Amino acid sequence: MFNRFLVIATCLILSSVSFAAEFEVGQKNKQFTKRSLTIKAGDVVKFTNEDPFFHNVFSLSEIKTFDLGSYPKGEFKTVTFDKKGKAEIECAIHPNMRMTITVE
Amino acid sequence: MEYVYKRFSLAVLTILFLFSNNIFAAEGKYVFKAGHPSLKEWLLPDTVPYPEGNKPNKARIKLGKKLFFDPRLSGDGNMSCATCHNPALGWSDGLPTAKGVKSKVLGRASPTVFNTAYNSIQMWDGRKKSLEDQAMGPMEATVEMNMNTAKLFKWLNSNKEYISLFKAAYPGEKIAAPTVSKALATFERTAISNNSAFDRWVKGDSKAMSEQQIRGFKLFVGKADCAVCHSAPNFTDNGFHNIGLASWGNKNPDMGRYTQRPLRLMKGAFKTPTLREIERTAPYFHDGSAKTLQDVVKHYSQGGVVKTNLSPNMTKTKLSASERDDIVEFMRALSSPYKAISLPELPLN
Repeated sequence: MFNRFLVIATCLILSSVSFAAEFEVGQKNKQFTKRSLTIKAGDVVKFTNEDPFFHNVFSLSEIKTFDLGSYPKGEFKTVTFDKKGKAEIECAIHPNMRMTITVE
Repeated sequence: MEYVYKRFSLAVLTILFLFSNNIFAAEGKYVFKAGHPSLKEWLLPDTVPYPEGNKPNKARIKLGKKLFFDPRLSGDGNMSCATCHNPALGWSDGLPTAKGVKSKVLGRASPTVFNTAYNSIQMWDGRKKSLEDQAMGPMEATVEMNMNTAKLFKWLNSNKEYISLFKAAYPGEKIAAPTVSKALATFERTAISNNSAFDRWVKGDSKAMSEQQIRGFKLFVGKADCAVCHSAPNFTDNGFHNIGLASWGNKNPDMGRYTQRPLRLMKGAFKTPTLREIERTAPYFHDGSAKTLQDVVKHYSQGGVVKTNLSPNMTKTKLSASERDDIVEFMRALSSPYKAISLPELPLN
């Protein structure tokens, strides 16, 4: 009985892991490479700086508040979006850099 | 083998020759030759941008100019927009920081109006999006023009000449904050600098800039890295940076952009100002702490003074005295010929 429970639990965990996808958004020429992105709850977004100077990524949205600090060209940071809704993403250094992530 | 060696040597010599003639810069992105296509990104758009619903025309400019120079828009009747944004002083005031009502010394310098039409965000802390958004701010601020705006609109609505000017500029619209703002913004969009020696050089006039100014430009976009923030075409990234001024070390310093975006990086960060017409707009920095362009370049050369939250895009680049001179000379090439502004005849009381 216990073994059967263990198998079911493992399957459930594995199935939930396999559903989480990773999306990449670049920061290039002082713009996000995507103006909007639709993902599923639990998905991960990888923000990669492709410009030869520092950028920041932050959101003060209700579904996700984060501040990734600043990082140079070639580096990236990831954010997991758990809650459904819309998140406005910006670069604090360059406020013209904006995008929207819709979490379904 | 000997033939291959000779060909290789010739190729190396050719490359060295090209570099020694400074036809190609070490900076890579640009070819420092008057009129070269790689420089075109530094030219401002021919058409000055404006928002939907406020297309410029003569009537709007005429009304905006009268409002801009009218001191009756202030509580004491002695300050107009032009008091702090004087066209004869580079559309600024020549003061380290502005003086408001009763000559009260304010915390930040009056920014120039030059080329604010191209800004995507306004004010040192970016709290206003457009010139229209910004226009009523100084009138409403009790420390600045300290105007009772209800009283202002009552007076404008009773003044025959202003009624007629508003009717011509914004037919069918009320005389109120939106139309006052739109008229002022339209006039401010006439303060354009796009005919500097640098602009003429970019367009192909090889004599427009001196050798020293071209060297300064190379340093500006290369070793000194100024263009990371003072970027093309308006010499601003419309971004926010803490540049390590001494005043950042004060007790209770001005937090700048942090008041609008509460993120660590934004503590003490201020908007990158344009460098167009920079020679006319001394003193410099948001706190007016640099008297001359030499002082400004020295500040950057030493990598700032108080570095507790320095912008990551501000790198210390030790510049020699002659390199600093070259950059200053280059910045002097960013002024257009002076455009005289005639004072408008204001509506009678």
